[in-house]
This record gives sequence, structure tokens and C-alpha cells, in this order.
Amino acid sequence: MEHIITPKVEHVKLLNKYPEKKSALGTLYLTATHLIYVEQTNNSRAETWVLHHHIMSVEKLPLTAPGCPLLIRCKTFQLLHLLFQKERDCQDVYQSLLHLSQPVKEDELYAFLYTPHQNQEDRRQGWEFISVANDFSRMGLSNEYWEISPLNKNYEICSTYPSILGLPKNASVAVVTGSAKFRSRGRLPVLSYYHKDTKAAICRCSQPLSGLTSRCVEDEQMLQAISQANPNCPFIYVVDTRPKLNAMANRAAGKGYENEDNYSNIRFQFQGIENIHVMRNSLQKLLEVCSMKSPSMSDYLTGLENSGWMRHIKSVMDAGVFLAKAVSEERASVLVHCSDGWDRTAQVCSLACILLDPYYRTIKGLMVLIEKEWISFGHKFSHRCGHLDSDPKEVSPVFTQFLECVWQLSEQFPCVFEFNERYLIEIHNQVYACQYGNFIGNCQKERLDMRLHEKTFSLWPHLLKNQHLYRNPLYRRSLESTVLRPSTLPLHFKFWCGMYNHYDGGMHPKQSVLDQLLSLTQKQVEGERTMTELQRQLAVADGVLPDPSGLISTPTKQDSPCEKTPTAPVVQSNGSCAPLINGDAEEAVPGAEKCNEEEGAES
Amino acid sequence: MELSEHIKTANVEDVTLRRPFHPALRGTLCVTSHHLLFSNRKDEASWQLLILLKNIDAIEKRAVGSSGTITIKCKDLLVLQLEIPGMEECLNIASSIEALSSLESVTEMYPFFYRPSHLTLLGPWGLSTTEQYYKQTERLWDRWRVSKVNSDYSVCPSYPSAVIVPREVDDDKLIRSARFRQGGRFPVLSYCHHSNGMVIMRSSQPLTGANKKRCKEDELLLQAVIDGSELGYIIDLRSAQQAQQARMTGGGFESKSCYRHWKRIHRHHERGKVVQESLIKLVEACSDLSHSVDRWLSKLENSKWLSHVHSALSTAGLVVECVERDGHSVLVHGSEGTDNTLLVSSLAQIILDPASRTVTGFLCLLEREWIQAGHPFQQRCAHSAYSHARLKQECPSFLLLLDCVWQVWRQFPLALEFSEALLLRLAQEVYASNYGTFLCNNEQERCAAGVKENTHCLFQSMLKPDIEEQYLNPLYEPTDLAIWPSVHPQSLQLWTGMFLRWTEYAQNMEEAREEVWSIVKEHRERV
Repeated sequence: MEHIITPKVEHVKLLNKYPEKKSALGTLYLTATHLIYVEQTNNSRAETWVLHHHIMSVEKLPLTAPGCPLLIRCKTFQLLHLLFQKERDCQDVYQSLLHLSQPVKEDELYAFLYTPHQNQEDRRQGWEFISVANDFSRMGLSNEYWEISPLNKNYEICSTYPSILGLPKNASVAVVTGSAKFRSRGRLPVLSYYHKDTKAAICRCSQPLSGLTSRCVEDEQMLQAISQANPNCPFIYVVDTRPKLNAMANRAAGKGYENEDNYSNIRFQFQGIENIHVMRNSLQKLLEVCSMKSPSMSDYLTGLENSGWMRHIKSVMDAGVFLAKAVSEERASVLVHCSDGWDRTAQVCSLACILLDPYYRTIKGLMVLIEKEWISFGHKFSHRCGHLDSDPKEVSPVFTQFLECVWQLSEQFPCVFEFNERYLIEIHNQVYACQYGNFIGNCQKERLDMRLHEKTFSLWPHLLKNQHLYRNPLYRRSLESTVLRPSTLPLHFKFWCGMYNHYDGGMHPKQSVLDQLLSLTQKQVEGERTMTELQRQLAVADGVLPDPSGLISTPTKQDSPCEKTPTAPVVQSNGSCAPLINGDAEEAVPGAEKCNEEEGAES
Repeated sequence: MELSEHIKTANVEDVTLRRPFHPALRGTLCVTSHHLLFSNRKDEASWQLLILLKNIDAIEKRAVGSSGTITIKCKDLLVLQLEIPGMEECLNIASSIEALSSLESVTEMYPFFYRPSHLTLLGPWGLSTTEQYYKQTERLWDRWRVSKVNSDYSVCPSYPSAVIVPREVDDDKLIRSARFRQGGRFPVLSYCHHSNGMVIMRSSQPLTGANKKRCKEDELLLQAVIDGSELGYIIDLRSAQQAQQARMTGGGFESKSCYRHWKRIHRHHERGKVVQESLIKLVEACSDLSHSVDRWLSKLENSKWLSHVHSALSTAGLVVECVERDGHSVLVHGSEGTDNTLLVSSLAQIILDPASRTVTGFLCLLEREWIQAGHPFQQRCAHSAYSHARLKQECPSFLLLLDCVWQVWRQFPLALEFSEALLLRLAQEVYASNYGTFLCNNEQERCAAGVKENTHCLFQSMLKPDIEEQYLNPLYEPTDLAIWPSVHPQSLQLWTGMFLRWTEYAQNMEEAREEVWSIVKEHRERV
């Protein structure tokens, strides 16, 4: 709170991206959690809410005649160009936002303030709702080849891995621990996905510490054990997702890649996905293209090409397709790694899972997949998303790229995903929002130490509650058993306008097929519900059923207790009080949530 | 020479047919005067592929030992391979295809021989005439009239026999104005906006020449169009510089001093060869199977196809802005007034006029603004993207229109009554058809060749109730509002339905379309 110097500034202009359009005039509020811009004209008011955590950068531009400009760039790809009358106000807001958008300590994050209407039991159930262990059972594990092992329960073998690991049954503890010592940060080869039909597995790890000549018998035995766990194929693929040059450079630093001579029956492959720094710069360039004022078609296409973004997306997709093909067609197990095995490896393994297993194409399945391959396997969300004021070189859109790959697939296969584009965008927003605890911290152990399960809430139940918004009406369950074989020809990759130009409403189709189909199918569902309800009421009236409420009446709608006007922020003495109103996620207000539920019940 | 004399080998057995995303088939190949027929009778159900020879854009021969391979590239972008045993047979087939696919005489073309049992040659041809259009459009009765000054096509060879002009301008003035316009294409009415009576006119360029000639009657004609109102806009589809240069070759533009109430706006549009080459490059880029994203994007950019889509939609938007938002009448022209002029005026109508967004309305619009208005289909669509022949007057203006309409449909998926399938069908028919609709270059030629007496009309057949359903948009919800498409580069996309038509991708999209239909049908049953 102490960071908010001026909670309210009047007569602030919100400049339109297109100079010919009139800019808005309104009032800017700073609250503990949000920046709120309220545009008030005669009869209408428009509110723009920006979560502080969504702010990527704040930049003061040179003073102009009409006022003091402030440019706010968001991690959700929103761009706000504000114009202040007084330089003093601009400076105050600038200072405040610098602090608010980049908290120093974890417990300053929104999730630690946020309390939805849930009791402790709901909270506990919410956290248990998505379980990686259950997913292993779903795959049919443990079985004769694989076991789900508690070996890492104290995070002693690998501090950034989850507490339970899928390991080949015939790998001894000595082999496991020995292999871990030969892998960067102890990230030994473990099971990511087991394909029941072919008995082939996808395993993941980090690069071996092979340097120029080192070898490790246990690690070689570990790969042997993985190979032996698949009776259908005499070899395994070892996929290094990095470009060969990068992998070779690592050898000089005592790391590197597997020497085919030392490992029996492996087929080694490079996949050529670039590192986090290249990806960060590429996104930067892409966003420059997205924010060009009025580019010609050639400017745009040339910019898109020069950003390299689509090339990187394709490289991730290619690697995912390679894995899925190896497993489903060659019935071969695959071991995947990059350097540390928490960025490219996570992308590629999770993408392969989606291609192979229709379960991960459902609303709940995608949650499980993200929980498994990203959260529990230690994708460093805090660092990659820049939740806290930390090294900017650690930030990279690795997870965004994964979501985009899923989107690209959904464009090629419109009927195989249970969810629509909005689900992916909402997950993306939530990853950066830090409103829920799921994406805070860099690995499971860190989260445990932070006691996130006690102090914050889980995102997944919230998404599930709103799943009607995220449904894909074209989803056909009958197609679900198929392995997806997407084309990775360059012309099949599209620019994701819905994500990177999400806030440029004018660019999107003016009518939405999705909304139309959702409303058609929604009416159907509601119609059925009403019919059942009417039948029940008739039955009650006829005395067939006992009357639970005592009266036959339609539920009355209660007045919404949620407030429409942003009020000045309350000075909060500690982190435990409820946040103020929230515009882009209504349920942040306990009252609003209640009123939503009431509406839901009535319809 | 009889057509059959081109056929040296009519039948070949044991031919292997390869198509994208289908297993190879073995069967018999026949060449007839107008078709290539492949049939496979090995399985119990026989399967046939019938291709109009006119649909074939290019063929490539290759000898492999004693047999030969012919690659057939169609104007609808399908590519087929035939493996023919026997080199001589292969060469004979190839030369027959080459000769018969490039017939120039209209009356030898297949529409003159197509006689399906369910269609009759009796009855009126086409959907509507200028007179009927005038009768239906009450707004026109007061200030506009139908002129038959061109009834023998002597005033303007590329105009229909009847045109709509301001009531107060008599036929003599029209004749004089026609002499002052390239190809005699004097300003005629294209569209009258239902809500404010403002009109879109179209013409060719005025022949002012280097000496800045004037034509009183032409000036009066345009004066009569705005009828005392303050202002009209001339949208010249050339850059100001190009319009200046046109004066050197006898063309020109309406100068401010002579047309005082008209404000001229220049918008540069590529035409002719440049656009044809753009299509060729785009199709080439789409068939590039290399895996470099950079190369694809660079080829896509370099083809400039999307830039043409962008310009066409932007200028159409400008016309709509003048008519609807500012309430002024507009005259559109480029040089000849037979390509970009028609493209822009018809796109503007789709954006403005709900009537042109129905299946019937859209086909009527095409009939009025393209067929009757004298877009030279025969010249423009002689070849498509694969041909190696030297370009003459080819230009995919019509395909560009369909692409632009698709872009509008993508942005307003509920506003058009027709579906993408209709656009795809038209894209195919315009290059090779059983029907006479797209034959010849103008009404005069159609009349001379007896097209209306001896061929069937495509549009009429498409509107038959049993056929029409596949062309309907299940989500159609009519709106009276103008539908302004966004022309941000991010908002315009490659028309995958067309350019990736023969890939697996198209099958997934078909599945999605079926699913949309089934949801809508289920919903309708419930309501």
C-alpha cells in the first residue's frame, strides 16, 4: 500500500492506437491490486481494469504539448497509452506502478491477498482436485514395467522434481541415484507419459554431465532400463530438443549430450528448438509488429517473418510430432531433454501427450497435463513469468508457446478439443495474474516451503466452474480415440491474433461463430433443465414428491451486492484483507461471485 | 478440324492415378472431346473421375522407361498424376489434352453440348435483366430511367443492351459521353442505396488526353447524377501519377475545373498481368513443401496476393464511407472499367446492401455487375495459376472478388446467407464449366454465339431448391446494417478453403462445417 502515492488522477487521456480515432478522457485509480481507468461520458461509462501483476513495463515517454505520456505494456499483450495533464501525477503513477507491478517478496503477490468465498475444506478439495497420481493410475500405472515411486518424497534425489516419480521397475535405487548425479541439477530420466496401447513411454530428463569424455554406468543402465520397459521396440530414441551447436557448446562446460557409443540401443536426435533468450527476443519483435500503427500488408508479413516467432512455434510442434509418431507408429519409447529439462522438454512432452491422448484435449485433461508436465516437473513459472522483481534474462514465453501450439492444433482440428480459444487465453492470463497459487514458485518443493496450499487457492476449480464459457461446441467425442497427425507445413501456421492482438477489438471478426453456437447449445441445455424443473414442480403440486421449500415458487433474485464504482483504496494494515473490486475477473469480489451464482441458479 | 481428330488414342488400360491424400488407383483412362475420364472397376463399386479438359491448366510429361507419366494441373488447383503404360499412348494422350483444353471457339466448348435431363433450354436465361432490376428498385423510378441506347451494342460493345441512367439525360447525350469514355463505357448506375438514395456509378476513364479535352455531355451526365447536391466523389482506382500518365495515351481523369462538384480520390490498384502473376506466385508458394517458415512467409509476402485483397477491401470501404456515412454519390473507375471497377463496386454493395448478401441477391449481383457489365471472362480466365503459356489478358479479378467476399464472411460469419461452398463452386465454374454463364467477354458476344439459346445458366441451376442447401450458411441472421470489414493486415487471412483446397486440412474443415450444420439442425428441431 505504501507504494500508492496518488490513488486517483482525474482528466487522464487514454490514447487510441489509431490516431484518427478520438481518445478517451477519464479518471485513473490505483488500488492495491489493480489500475483502473474509468471513462465517463454522458450516459456511459467504460472501465478498463489492469491487474498490477499483468504489467510488464511502464515507460515514461518524452513530454509532449498535450501532456505527459505514460506507456504501459502488459504480459497479456494489452497496451495502454495514457496522457497526464500534470507531470507530477505522471511521475507518481509511474513510481507506484514500478513497485506494484514488480513485488519483491512472494507474499506480496495477489494470491496471498485473494480470498474467494471458500472455506478451508473447499480450499483443500480445490487443491486436490487435479492429481498427478491419479493420472498415472489412468495410464494404468504401476504395472509390470513401470512403478510410481516415492523415492523423491523429500526432494533429496532431485530438488526440482515432484515427490512421486515414474521409474522403470528394473532400475535399482543405485541406478536411479547414480543417474541423477550424472544429470544436470539431478534431473534424472523419469516417466512423463505411458502409452497403454503401444507400451511405449515418453521420459524426460536434463542434459547429461558428459562433457567431452565422461560417462556414467548408472545413467547408461538407466536408459537401458527404460528401453527394457518397452517390450515392443528394441531401441529408444533420445531426443535432444536443442540445436546441435548449442548442445556441443555445453560439452565444453562439462555438460552436453549422450554419446551413442556409450549407450546401447539408443537413436540420438537433435530437434533444434532455440533457447529461452532467443524466444524472448522473438516475442519482443513479434509484439513490435503487433503494435505497428498502420502497417501495410508487406510490412506486416515481413515483420512476422523477421520476428522468427512462427519458425519457433513450428520447431516446437515438429518436435512434439516427432515424439508422437515414434510412440504411436514405431512403438518406440522416447527420452527427451534440453539443457535443464524444464522449458523445451516441458513443451515437447506436453505437446506429444496432447497429440497422443485425447484425454488431454478435454477441459480437465489440459489442467492435469499442465499440472503434471509444467507445475510438478518444475517449469520455473516465477522466473519465466517475472512474477517478482528478478533477473529479466530469466523471463521467457515458453509456456505461451505451448499454449499457442495447442491453439494451432485446434485450428487444424476444429472438432477434437473440448475447449475453445478462450480457455487457453484465460489460462495464459491466470498464469501471469498470480491470483491463484498454482503458478507461483519454481518447483514443487518451493511451493511446499511457501505453504501455498494453505495460503492461496487453486485455479482449477474456478476454471471448471466457468467451463460453459470455455466449451467448444464442435467437440466430437467420437473422434477422440485418434492420435492427431497435424501437418507441420509452414502454411498451416497462423498468426494468433486472438492472443497477441487480443485487446485490439477492431481486428477481430465482428460476429462470432463460437458465441452463436454456444448460445444455441446453451439454450438447449437450459431448455432441458427447465423442463426437468417444471416436471418436478408438477410432481410436487400433484403431491407425488415432497416439497422441499414448502412453497412452489421461482427463486427470487437478490440484489447484487457488488459495487459498480471503484472506491479509493483502503489502507490495509496487513495482507489478509480482501482485495477491492475486480473488473476482468468478477469473482474476485465475494459479493459478485454470489450474485453470479444466483443468476446461474435462476436460468 | 473436328474435335475428334485431336484424339489419337482414346482409351488406355492399366493407368495409375495418383491424387493428393488418396491411395493410388489403377484403371482405364479415356479422352473424349471435352473430358478426361478415369474409371476404376477393380473393386465391386466402380469409381470414376471426370475432368473437363478445359479445367486443365498445364500438363507435364515425363518418360519413365517404356511408360510415361503425365502430371495434370487443373485450374481449380487440383494436381493429378497419371502413369500410362506405353510411351506412344502417353504422348498421344498428352497432345490430345493440350489441343482440346485450349479451344478458342466458344461454340465448340462443352456448355454447347451439355444437356442434362433435369434442365430445359426453354424459358428465360439468367436471373434478371436491367429492366427487371429497375422495376424492382422503387427508389430509382423518380430520377432514373432505363436507356436502350445500346440495344444494338453500337454505343458501347461491352455494355448490356439496357443501362440505368439519370432521367434527365437523353440518349444523344449518352452517345456523346460514350465517345468520351474508353471503350464507350459511359457512367451508368451500379447501385442505389436504399436508405438515402445515394448511388454508386461506374464507367471507364474519360478520354481527356494530353490536350485536356472536355465533353459537355459527360459533365452534364455527372451533374445530373448528384442532382443539385453539393458534392460527389470520384474514386479513381489508379494513383494520381498513373492517371496523369494515362493522358499521354489518350486517357485521363475528371479535372476539378470541369467537374466542379466532384471530388476525386486516387487509390492505387494493381491490374492485369501483375495480379495474374501474383496468383501464380501464391499458388506456387502454397505448393512448396519445404519446411522453412521464413521461406513461406517471404513467398506469401512476395506474391502480394493479400496486398491486393487488402486494397480491394479498403477501397470498397472508402466507397461505402462516402455513400453511407457521408451521404454522397460515388463514381468508380480505373482505366477500362471492366476489372477493378467492378470489383470495388460489387464489394461495396455487399458491405452496404443486405439484399446482395442472400444467395439469390449475390448471384444477381454477379450477373448484373460482372456478366452483364462486361467483365471479359473469356480473356481473363483463359489460364489460371499453373499455365506456362505466355500471359495475354489473363487476370484473376473475379477470384480476387471471391477471396474478398470470403474475408467479409470470415469477419461477419452470420451476415451472409451463402456459405464458403458457394464461393468455391464459383471459383471452379469461372474457369471451366458445364454452363454457359461465364462464356464470352460481354453480352454482345454471347448474343452472337447464341449462348442463351444453346447453353444452360449456372445461376439458375444453383438456385434449384434441392441444390441450394449446400450453399447456405446455417448461421445466417440477416442484418440491415452495413458490414464494415476490418482491413488490418492481422484481420486478413489466406483463403485456406481455396488455396489449400486439396489438402487434408480441407477435410478437417469439412468435418467442422458438418458439425455446425448438425448443431443448427438439432436446435431448429427443438424450437
